Amino acid sequence: MSATAKPIANTRSGTGIPTARLITWWVIASEIVIFGGLLASYIMHRIAHPEWAESASHTLTWAGALNTFVLLTSSLCAVLAHQAANAHDGPKAAKLLRLTSLGGLIFLCIKGYEWTLDIREGFVLSSGGFWSFYYTLAGLHGLHVLAGMIILLIVAAEAAKNRELQRVECIGLYWHFVDIVWIFLFPLLYIAR
Amino acid sequence: MTTEAHVQHPNYVKIWAILVALLVVSVVGSMSHVRAVLLIAAFGVAVVKAYLVAKNFMHVNVEKRWVPYLLIMCLLFIAILFAGVAPDVMKHSGLNWNKNLASQPAQSGARATTKNE
Repeated sequence: MSATAKPIANTRSGTGIPTARLITWWVIASEIVIFGGLLASYIMHRIAHPEWAESASHTLTWAGALNTFVLLTSSLCAVLAHQAANAHDGPKAAKLLRLTSLGGLIFLCIKGYEWTLDIREGFVLSSGGFWSFYYTLAGLHGLHVLAGMIILLIVAAEAAKNRELQRVECIGLYWHFVDIVWIFLFPLLYIAR
Repeated sequence: MTTEAHVQHPNYVKIWAILVALLVVSVVGSMSHVRAVLLIAAFGVAVVKAYLVAKNFMHVNVEKRWVPYLLIMCLLFIAILFAGVAPDVMKHSGLNWNKNLASQPAQSGARATTKNE
């Protein structure tokens, strides 16, 4: 793409925000309702059932903490990629986006290990109210991580050629939101006992 | 094609270090047997971490004003949902009604615990 032919996603901005970023904010707003509804439902059920604390005591706090660290670090990579894109350094942004995606992969591996242990101990989706919420919330979040990883790699492939750099910020916004969701899932599922 | 710079980039590594320090606080706090300390370590720290990510990584503070309004509106919808549904979910009995199943602890998670033992 030539320097003069900017894409609509970066130029059309009736609201004062480039369209691509505007769409990302709308996606995040809808995700707030999706995760917010689930979290609100979990919180009210958890308060109504103090006995769920016993089930929650079986979750691995170290695994949740390690995953929080991994996501925070991947968020750092995503925002540094945004900074690199602002400096017109596409290859550096691409490298940082791939590191962000690697963070997502590590997160899912830890989650997979954790779930394997849980299932081996007999804690499955139908083991009780707490475990239903645990697998639903963490599973939905994991799907978002997986989707983010794929999009990160697609955006990185273009950014490496110094193309469509406006997308770097958009996928970064999505990734930070996924990070924030985990920031609340960690205390709810692993710490509150 | 390049992205349009609309933010001043702070020291991201410093913010990341603060976030990791807060994570350590929440993990250490979770070992406390004092309920107030546990709740602050768990949820107070989570709110601060989320604020730091939204402000410094997502740059919500320098975004057009209606963006944070949009996000806050969505959170308000969740608060309304909570306020509307919570009394039915959280109360196990009331005037002329009783939720027999919900009031039985054995129905919610005890089966899995038995398997583990």
